[in-house]
Amino acid sequence: MKNSLDTGVTKGKVVTAVLSKDLKIEMRSRVVTNQVLPFAGLVMVMFAFALDNDDVLQRVAGGLVWLATLFSLFIIVQRSFAIDTQDGALDSLRVAGIDLSAVFFGKAIALALKLIALEIVLICGAVLLYRVDLTASGLVLLVTCVLCATSGLAFVGILYGGLTAGAKGRETLLPLLLLPVVAPVLIAATRATEAAFGSGGAQTSEGWAWIGLLTVFTAVFGVSGSLAFGSLIDE
Amino acid sequence: MKDAGFIFGSYIVTLGAILMFAVSTLRRAKKSAQSVTDKDKTWL
Amino acid sequence: MSQVSQETSPTGTRATQAIGVLALAVMAWVVASGLLLTPQDVVQGESVRIMYVHVPSAWIAYLAFVFTAVASAGWLISKKHSMGFDRFAGASAEVGVMFMAITLITGSLWGRLTWGEFWQWDPRLTTTAFLFVTYIGYLAVRRLEGSVEQRARRSAVVALLAVLEIPLVHFSVVLWRSLHQGATVLNPNGDVKMDDLMLFTLFSGVVGFTLVFIWLVLHRQRTMLLVDVADNQGLDLAIVARRAEGPAN
Repeated sequence: MKNSLDTGVTKGKVVTAVLSKDLKIEMRSRVVTNQVLPFAGLVMVMFAFALDNDDVLQRVAGGLVWLATLFSLFIIVQRSFAIDTQDGALDSLRVAGIDLSAVFFGKAIALALKLIALEIVLICGAVLLYRVDLTASGLVLLVTCVLCATSGLAFVGILYGGLTAGAKGRETLLPLLLLPVVAPVLIAATRATEAAFGSGGAQTSEGWAWIGLLTVFTAVFGVSGSLAFGSLIDE
Repeated sequence: MKDAGFIFGSYIVTLGAILMFAVSTLRRAKKSAQSVTDKDKTWL
Repeated sequence: MSQVSQETSPTGTRATQAIGVLALAVMAWVVASGLLLTPQDVVQGESVRIMYVHVPSAWIAYLAFVFTAVASAGWLISKKHSMGFDRFAGASAEVGVMFMAITLITGSLWGRLTWGEFWQWDPRLTTTAFLFVTYIGYLAVRRLEGSVEQRARRSAVVALLAVLEIPLVHFSVVLWRSLHQGATVLNPNGDVKMDDLMLFTLFSGVVGFTLVFIWLVLHRQRTMLLVDVADNQGLDLAIVARRAEGPAN
């Protein structure tokens, strides 16, 4: 994987180039804003239909926010790599001889930004639809939780997205591979969000232990992703 | 024996699964082996 | 050298035959002793008999996944990228998934008898279920189209990622359960008073299942080689046939 030629391009430049490419594609196609966001919003409304009880909804609001995020994650990752494998765009990146771990970080940051935008809307939706109360100290915990959990999700999303990129049947394979991996994020982020929301009488301070777990997760998959991503798409 | 259904059931599931796996493996081997020469069978 | 009649089993040798006979004998003893000879447990009653197949299955399942991870690392590290590593990893994972399914089914049958419930959100059970799903995903990755090289590389990375994932899942479930409920599920092993015959039966179960595992993996990885070679030949034959038709227009 250390086959990067001396192209005179620094790693930072590659990261920003890939990042701005992915964001530009989103700005022009508006897939996240026009399709994924309405989808996630619909999921939130559907949960309300299914659970049909204000107290229950308030209690499980944190979990529903993160479940809706996970479902959207699959779609966004799928979409991101579908564009990259079309017309051999990914092959061109490989031929360019640039550091592929920089491509990994660029794509992961782009994905994280899209997810954060989505989560802000979902959390606002939870506050409005599910009548959740949010205190100032809860808000601090919530912001930290969103940042840590989202970067973890972005790393595994891009890693496994690269693994299945270009393969037949990836639409069904990606959720199968990703769901077990992101289970710790779902558990930790949900508990932290519940603490922030004060669901079920939870204290805000209870949430911080989970932030630690999220940080470990993000670090583990950030490092392993930057190591493995190159060899996965380099074939 | 009390709860015989559960106990015999678990033995049948265990042994049945192993047997099915073994039979399907041998079958697949036989099917593929027809076109393979002994030179490629490194274990012989 | 150690060729057994190739008509009956192309993947068999004297060694696998011997292992197979031994495995059959030990398994027969385990079934007879587990169902008939051993006494019932003071606490668990008759349901302790399920343990003689459940515990060895769980042991083999975890062992198989360790082998898969080690062989995958071996493939990635070795300079020659020997396909033997890859086939061993794949065969071991397939057998492991089967034993994991057996573990989960027999475990929930036992749980129904002992706890009155098929499932408990206990960290050990939950981690086992996640391991099961993860390796089903691993096998799905192995079935993706592509060259043998691609298959080996992809699946090796997935196997090593699973090694990172499983402790994280386990730890997060432990943390989750410890915050939620005070009393934990009763320790399944702690309250079993085993006499000598019971212990011996459990021990022979582990030995017998290990022999079965070795037999299955040997045959499975050889079968994988046969399938790979046969697929390759199919392609070669097609190319030869196409060339014989003359140049394309």
